[in-house]
Amino acid sequence: MTTVASRKNVKVLSDNGALAGLLVLVVALSLLAPSFLTTQNLLNVGVQAAVVAVLAFGSTFVIVSGGIDLSVGSVAALSAMVGAWSSAEAGLPGPVALLLGLGTGVVAGLVNGALVSYGKLPAFIATLAMLSVARGLTLVVSQGSPTTTPDVVSFLGSNLTPYLPVPLLVMLVFFGITGFVLSRTYSGRAMYAIGGNEEAARLSGIDVRRQKLVIYALSGLFAAVAGMLLAGRLSSAGPQAAVGYELDAIAAVVIGGASLSGGVGRATGTLVGALVLAVLRNGLNQLQVSPFWQQVVIGAVIALAVLLDTLRRRTR
Amino acid sequence: MKGMTKMKFRGVAALSAVALAALTACGSGSPAGGGGEITVGLAISTLDNPYFVALKEGAEKAAAELGVKLTVVDAQNDATNQINQVQTFTTQGVKAIIINPVDSKQAAPAAKAAENANIPLVAVDRSVDGGKVVSEVASDNVQGGTLAAIELGRAASGEVVHLQGIPGASAARDRGQGFEQGLNSGGIKVVASQPADFNRAKGLDVMTNLLQANPGIKGVFADNDEMALGAIKALGDRAGKDVAVVGFDGTPDGLKAVEDGTMAATIAQQPDVLGRKAVEQAVKAARGEAVQEVVDVEVKVVTKKNVAEFKK
Repeated sequence: MTTVASRKNVKVLSDNGALAGLLVLVVALSLLAPSFLTTQNLLNVGVQAAVVAVLAFGSTFVIVSGGIDLSVGSVAALSAMVGAWSSAEAGLPGPVALLLGLGTGVVAGLVNGALVSYGKLPAFIATLAMLSVARGLTLVVSQGSPTTTPDVVSFLGSNLTPYLPVPLLVMLVFFGITGFVLSRTYSGRAMYAIGGNEEAARLSGIDVRRQKLVIYALSGLFAAVAGMLLAGRLSSAGPQAAVGYELDAIAAVVIGGASLSGGVGRATGTLVGALVLAVLRNGLNQLQVSPFWQQVVIGAVIALAVLLDTLRRRTR
Repeated sequence: MKGMTKMKFRGVAALSAVALAALTACGSGSPAGGGGEITVGLAISTLDNPYFVALKEGAEKAAAELGVKLTVVDAQNDATNQINQVQTFTTQGVKAIIINPVDSKQAAPAAKAAENANIPLVAVDRSVDGGKVVSEVASDNVQGGTLAAIELGRAASGEVVHLQGIPGASAARDRGQGFEQGLNSGGIKVVASQPADFNRAKGLDVMTNLLQANPGIKGVFADNDEMALGAIKALGDRAGKDVAVVGFDGTPDGLKAVEDGTMAATIAQQPDVLGRKAVEQAVKAARGEAVQEVVDVEVKVVTKKNVAEFKK
């Protein structure tokens, strides 16, 4: 019995290179930093992973379909700022402000999708343009100052009970949604089909252009949710919030085993990828690694994680 | 083929025309013409931070009062971008340039460009290493760091942590250096120094992580208010009760935290005064009047007692 179980465990680990990497990191940090393996700290890691994880779930859709979305960090900041501004400056009720913020993310995503599918722009360029436009609009709306978020947004960053942080719950809910969309919906299957071979997908009757609109709109929506989480944790939406997070999101997706050329990727992998980044940052703080070395270590771990995964696939 | 090229060319030309029209419509300052009107160029490091927005507003007010035109460009924290922007200024007929360097050590080429064009250059908030400026308007970050250490020593005793700015940035270097110099005087000891990149969200995460390893800390010094506010979020009820937090900058949110008692003190710079003084010096230089080589704008310790003076 035990051998069967352990064999099964070995298989789960070897199927998922990122999960093995995460476990190695966790074991190493537990040995090196006495305060690492405590309930509170692990909860902290979960909360700290939440923003990047939700961004990365949205990016999973895009990357699986063979695209890329560089605008998610800026769209997150813009959505949160629109939400905060609508309530603090325009005086709208909190829930309405929240919906306006989420709507902003969807609209930004639809624009990305339209530029990619109908405008025939490369996704890299379309979303790079949105990265700049959304960040600029965030500055225009905020006039360069942080803005207080409505209570409903701040709730997203709070704790239900000391051991039940809301960001962690939101991350798990969106993990579930992502898994469901990818494996159980028409759009999900279309993402794999388009990412695998766009021409074949079109010939088999998938309305590729419409599906791309859906894909980028989802990415925009997820970015907006991530922006709300980030703002909620600080009770304030900042003009400089989430700068560079798009790269963390892409890293999380790829560490999780997705391929940047499309057709491959799973929600579990992305979750693990986001956790790897969060565990790493948390551990570097606790070990008090020099600030100059931290970026080196983070980069090296990202490269190693993906390299291990690639080697594993090749030896098969 | 020929038709194609022509079509393409037409497309590009039309696009350029549209872009040019849009730029003219958006731009506030037209190129400096004659008529004796002075245009001053302000190359700012980033407008992605309330502090520099306040600096810009101070400069704009002073320009309006002095009756000069001010053209503002934002380098978005990219030193190379800033050099290009200063070079562009030199061809636009501005009579003086104010530079707020992205990084002191990387601003020398910009200074060289201004010097070659014979346009006086004023540095504001940060200095220009290895370049010629007619006037330097700055608050003393090293002194501010020292004041912060003294203030933290007053508000707390025991173990403290230091949240650092972007590794290698001049403000982070100077404040950190000043902070360490001021440590000797008080009964505080730094048990952890970690970077949170001047960012509020990172301040929250890094502080949360440091608290796990050092639950018994009594104080925090953050290189700017944004990180201090993140640390206060991480500390929750402990902020202002058994952990003293000292920030730097005196931003509106920072001042509010001092007023609420969650932040023990902040070192207020006066960005609007920096912007104003820089414009005054630049206009003097443009008119060929005598300028002050170094203008020191005071940094002030803000505590609950005097916070009202700083709130507007």
